[in-house]
Amino acid sequence: MTYFIDRRPNAKHKSAVNRQRFLERYRKHIKRSVEESVNRRSITDMERGEKISIPTKDISEPVFQHGQGGARSIVAPGNKEFLEGDRIQRPKGQGGQGGGQGDASNQGEGMDEFAFTLSREEFLEFVFDGLELPHLQRKPLKSLDEVKMVRAGLSRDGVPARISITRSMREAYARRIALRAPIRRALKAAQEALQAEERKDSVLRNPARITELKAEIERLEKRLESIPFIDTYDLRYHQLSAQPQPSSQAVIFCVMDVSGSMTQNHKDIAKRFFLLLYLFLEKHYEKVELVFVRHHTAAREVNEEEFFYSRETGGTIVSSALRLVDKIIEARYPPGKWNLYVAQASDGDNWDDDSDVCRELLLKKLMPQLQYFAYVEITPHEHQSLWQEYEAVAGVFSERFAMRQIVEAGDIYPVFRELFKRRLSQRQ
Amino acid sequence: MNDIRRPIASGSDWNFAILQRFDTELACLADEYRLDTYPNQIEVITTEQMMDAYASVGMPVGYHHWSFGKQFLAVEQAYRRGQMGLAYELVINSDPCIAYLMEENTLMMQVLVMAHACYGHNSFFKGNYLFRTWTDAESIIDYLVFARKYIAQCEERHGVQAVEQLLDACHALQNYGVDRYKRPSPISAEEEIRRQDERETYLQAQVNMLWRTIPEAPRGDMPIVDGMSPENDPLGLHSAGRYPSEPQENLLYFIEKNAPLLAPWQREIVRIVRKLAQYFYPQRQTQVMNEGWACFWHYTLMNRLYDDGLVDEGLMLEFLQSHSAVIHQPDFDSPNFSGINPYALGFAIFTDIKRICVSPTDEDHEWFPDMAGSPWRESVEFAMRNFKDESFIQQFLSPKVMRDLKLFLVVDDDQEETLEVGAIHNERGYRRVREALAMQYALSVREPNVQIVEADIRGDRSLTLHHVQDARRPLGRSVYPVMRHLHQLWGFPVRLDSFEAERVTRRYHWPIEGEEVQAGR
Repeated sequence: MTYFIDRRPNAKHKSAVNRQRFLERYRKHIKRSVEESVNRRSITDMERGEKISIPTKDISEPVFQHGQGGARSIVAPGNKEFLEGDRIQRPKGQGGQGGGQGDASNQGEGMDEFAFTLSREEFLEFVFDGLELPHLQRKPLKSLDEVKMVRAGLSRDGVPARISITRSMREAYARRIALRAPIRRALKAAQEALQAEERKDSVLRNPARITELKAEIERLEKRLESIPFIDTYDLRYHQLSAQPQPSSQAVIFCVMDVSGSMTQNHKDIAKRFFLLLYLFLEKHYEKVELVFVRHHTAAREVNEEEFFYSRETGGTIVSSALRLVDKIIEARYPPGKWNLYVAQASDGDNWDDDSDVCRELLLKKLMPQLQYFAYVEITPHEHQSLWQEYEAVAGVFSERFAMRQIVEAGDIYPVFRELFKRRLSQRQ
Repeated sequence: MNDIRRPIASGSDWNFAILQRFDTELACLADEYRLDTYPNQIEVITTEQMMDAYASVGMPVGYHHWSFGKQFLAVEQAYRRGQMGLAYELVINSDPCIAYLMEENTLMMQVLVMAHACYGHNSFFKGNYLFRTWTDAESIIDYLVFARKYIAQCEERHGVQAVEQLLDACHALQNYGVDRYKRPSPISAEEEIRRQDERETYLQAQVNMLWRTIPEAPRGDMPIVDGMSPENDPLGLHSAGRYPSEPQENLLYFIEKNAPLLAPWQREIVRIVRKLAQYFYPQRQTQVMNEGWACFWHYTLMNRLYDDGLVDEGLMLEFLQSHSAVIHQPDFDSPNFSGINPYALGFAIFTDIKRICVSPTDEDHEWFPDMAGSPWRESVEFAMRNFKDESFIQQFLSPKVMRDLKLFLVVDDDQEETLEVGAIHNERGYRRVREALAMQYALSVREPNVQIVEADIRGDRSLTLHHVQDARRPLGRSVYPVMRHLHQLWGFPVRLDSFEAERVTRRYHWPIEGEEVQAGR
């Protein structure tokens, strides 16, 4: 008696619950691994899963077992040269546990670490676990100013500016061929008839017929000529249709001090901070643009490569950068359409008189437009005037202005979390 | 032998009609060889589903627990990296006997798996005395369904975490949740539900007898608690003796019945883990026999299919290649060595039993006087039915197999500088090698001997266990985590004394009281 059953269509992932339970249980371990790898990875490298290793001892399911020591006998196969009573050196490394138990440990890594792979989604979930985008405002999807005109085929009428020359000429060509063909055919027939008539012996010719044919030919040729090269009928226009634009777009202004006091190490730390911000926002917005603004005494908009890696020296005037940001916003990123974020990294140095200017700039011009302003100061030293002035700003815009101090690379992630931690109180 | 070959199918593609025809042929042959089997239920599944099945130790329905998720991740990782192929088959000891075929398998693999699982393992499950005694093939699926539902219910009522912690603790002790000598009563789902309600109401209503304080009349046969001489105890409060009166080897059973503070649902979960451990108990003791038997029969049946002209040479060659890979035994010094391959050992022994019956040598007459020259079918059947790995090896491992595998015995004594070769495959050594190999498969040697000796019901309610060392082998490091789990279940201090030759060599406590005492040594 045998029954065959095809179970293939049945649900897969019977173990999904168990897998989830496992991830939940070792959340702490996995998070630690994830945090380490966030600190380690390069900027282009975030978009993949991660191999997670958990020490086997943390994950083992204990049972009573024999420990090392005592006397044990092992029967092993494949004796080649041993005789009874031979003495063998103990194999190094493992306390003589060679056979029998089925867990011979020469498999390398496998034994001390339990390794498995998180998918990219799971990885990012862990990275952004518990974080929520501050003040995320989805701009309404179909508001008028967010309509974009996109080409949508061709039409017969339109304004001359949108005429499609190729398509119009193609239409004209086709029309000309179509209209001329019957006339040409008739013309050819008439010409042949005329020739036939003319070839006849003069006695047999019919002068009336010849005149008639000649008149016909002339009429046909006129008609051919009268077919226009291009006609209004041929004209084609590009058509546009209004398409609602996905509105959730954000721009991050990465502002960094590149004066002499900022070392490459400082920059690396700053880079990770910007990177995390980018990844984080990218998950929440359909489109995220980055604008890199660096400054010493004067600010300049640069590309990413230059931003992080070119060297500059000189003093520091922070307000120059803030002014530039303001200008760029005005020129390219109207606040109605963009969610604006500014992330600033600095070692806290600033020209003494400049800090009040920064405060004024932020309070009056920038903050009202921004979703969020995050400031990290990468320094182990005492705060300077900039920090104090920023504190004043934070006092006014406490919900949208955040500032933290970072000392070394390992601090970034916790600081990042701190900055963007879920604002539960506001939810309720 | 048929001269005209009419293969049922050729190539490596299969479909259900072809499988059905092969099964019919196999069933005929099995009948001819008098293989007694449960009905088969063959399920074709995908790789993914195979990994799922793997993760749940082959149980078609399992309760949820993180450890199965861990198992799944490990299997998945190994499979993705190509470190391991999935087993081609999985078979469940149930009635009907459920076997899984993977859809990726070639035709040859499917036929091989059917022969191996549906006729080999299946008849083993039905015939072997351990399975007959300890498991109920008809009711296991029902019971698994019941267990899953019950545990899911508990999760709803008491929270996932509470249940998980309890299961962790139970899993740590599950190898000690089996009765080794007493046959358990059969379990079935409806019966179980009814009894469970009964137990619950009963337990709720009753004061646990263990903890009642009204003194019982002293019973003479109970040993007197140590250190309590009649002078110290004039009122005779301790004269009732120690509880339990006999050491208990089934730790989970003792916990289920006696742990003072467990709620009824917790006792029920302890019971579920215990029952499942009992179900898997025979499998843990018959690995070599079970696989050997299945390999022996797939080899026999496949060869018959070929002899009867039902498969072509191509399929047969593919089969032989696969078969020899399965029964390959790497030498101890090979990088691929990971212990003795149970398939290889089991297959070698069963094949040799047949050889001894069919063409015995003088040596065989000397070693197996009863078996040499007897009908082989009866002899292998007898060996399959009445033994477990330990006794099977002790009885049937022949000098020829030892010579073929070049088995030798190494003694690893931590008091010696070097390892000693205790015996090799020669006249002087056969018996010792065989003895040692048999012991290697004895669960009583593989697992430390730990028993509950006393629950201090009149004092601090502490629980005392004894570990009797085997050849001075101490307990592994995992003893503390296990003690912690045991303590969670028991709810009061737990002690464990490790004995070597009647002397305590080490005492363990949980919770840890200062430094652990290092007695003796």
